Amino acid sequence: MGDSNSLILARQLTKRFGDLTAVDGIDFEVAKGEAFGFLGPNGAGKTSTMRMIGGVSPVTSGLLTIFGLDPAAHGPTIRARLGVVPQADTLDLELTVRENLMIYSRYFDLSWREGARRADELLEFVQLKERSRDKVDELSGGMKRRLTIARALINSPELLLLDEPTTGLDPQARHLVWDRLYRLKQRGVTLVLTTHYMDEAEQLCDRLVVMDKARIAAEGSPRELIDKYSTREVLELRFPIDQQPVLDGKLNDVAERIEVLPDRVLLYTGDGDQAIAAVHRQGLRPETALVRRSTLEDVFLRLTGRSLVD
Amino acid sequence: MSLMAGTLHVVEYNALVFRRIWRGSIAVSFFTPLFFLAAMGIGLGSLVNRSSGGVNGVPYLEFLAPGLIAAACMQTAAVEATYPILAKIMWDKTYEAALATPVTIPDLIRGEVVWITIRMFIVASMFWIVMYLFGVGHSLESLLVIPAGILTGLAFATTIMAFTATRRNDSGFAAINRFVIIPLYLLGGTFFPIAKLPLALQVLAWATPLAHGVALTRGLVLGNIAAPEAALHALVPVAYFAGGLLIARALLMKRLAK
Repeated sequence: MGDSNSLILARQLTKRFGDLTAVDGIDFEVAKGEAFGFLGPNGAGKTSTMRMIGGVSPVTSGLLTIFGLDPAAHGPTIRARLGVVPQADTLDLELTVRENLMIYSRYFDLSWREGARRADELLEFVQLKERSRDKVDELSGGMKRRLTIARALINSPELLLLDEPTTGLDPQARHLVWDRLYRLKQRGVTLVLTTHYMDEAEQLCDRLVVMDKARIAAEGSPRELIDKYSTREVLELRFPIDQQPVLDGKLNDVAERIEVLPDRVLLYTGDGDQAIAAVHRQGLRPETALVRRSTLEDVFLRLTGRSLVD
Repeated sequence: MSLMAGTLHVVEYNALVFRRIWRGSIAVSFFTPLFFLAAMGIGLGSLVNRSSGGVNGVPYLEFLAPGLIAAACMQTAAVEATYPILAKIMWDKTYEAALATPVTIPDLIRGEVVWITIRMFIVASMFWIVMYLFGVGHSLESLLVIPAGILTGLAFATTIMAFTATRRNDSGFAAINRFVIIPLYLLGGTFFPIAKLPLALQVLAWATPLAHGVALTRGLVLGNIAAPEAALHALVPVAYFAGGLLIARALLMKRLAK
């Protein structure tokens, strides 16, 4: 069993839909105050895991506790302390921005007065105060996402579940969401999020698991994962189309590992500049050569042999 | 959260949405019976009364009006238990949002049933007022048609909700209307006595909650129904309601908690 600090504890957690195994015996723990991420491509089992944590999807087998409680027996009690930001917005288009928050506060059995107080406070927090009387329909994608986050916070949750919080948002809108999530984390709210964006995981997560094909492929902090599964730097080479070089082991001394992708060649190395020099010495003439730090994308590629976002 | 609280909040949600359309909705609930009773009760009724002295010994308007209350509740329930519910299940995902809170699936079902009851109450009471204005049902007992009409509608509300829970699109709803609601409306005893139907259809009609609802509402307004007979007519809609509720609950549990 996990220690008493575990807000979420999963052992051999499994979810099956008929013949399909969506989550295949995964173990993880989330501690209080932590920002924990599920990183993985679409269909890896992230959303199914989140729905089980949210107490809306029954566990097929294995152990799952949230706040030390079994979601099958204590769903409403658990959900009273949770905030959920689902993958697709479930805002009510027939209601105004503020009414969306008000009715949600009622679902949590708060008084209308308290609901109104929190709604106004949260609209300020997500910078939607000016839009409070507008219909949800009229909001931009980023605004809807912020409203969904505000709605998930109406019960002052100890644990906030975010399923792909910034998918489909433009960079500006994403940064605003990240900023608000970071503030929540500083206030002590535990965050659990899924993402297939490496930068999002690196920005927000203290610790994460990489999921692939319903299982956990690796676990650690972003830094630990990069140290363990990748090199310090990566040299990305792009060659003109149809002129992918035949490497024949020419660069094997230069890089610890080489990934040949359809559109580029990645050389994993401690020193990118030295690698460039070696590439040129070998007579290779890439169209572009870029040295960058390793990211979680590289970790994922290493673990699964596939890119994260197809 | 208590049993009542979850149900109440689901009703509140519906009321919040209804707030935008309540004036129009109540106006419709008033003018529809007004036109119906004027056209059928007085217009057509005068012909019926002249040629045969009314139906079963009462003027046609008095024969017709109470049953129309039961039929109106049926129609209200049939609308409220189809499109809005399916929208909340799959198009607007209102239920998904609510189920992320302490609200449970049984809360949703109870809340919807209470809400449909409120909608039918509006329809039935407006109808009663119009009926009163036409000079029918000037007795205290005639107010009982309102709960009797609602009971009839509830039999349809839960059974149709169970049907809705199985739907992936709205194409089945037109069929329900065409093959269940309209035939029942026309042949279920509202406009003429069921005894005038061929025997096979009589048997079929008495197997539906509408025929019993019409018999009950008519008996209450005309004041010519004995308590045991009234109870018997109430029993059929109650059975449909309870059976529908159990099936709707099982189906929605299966569909929403997966």
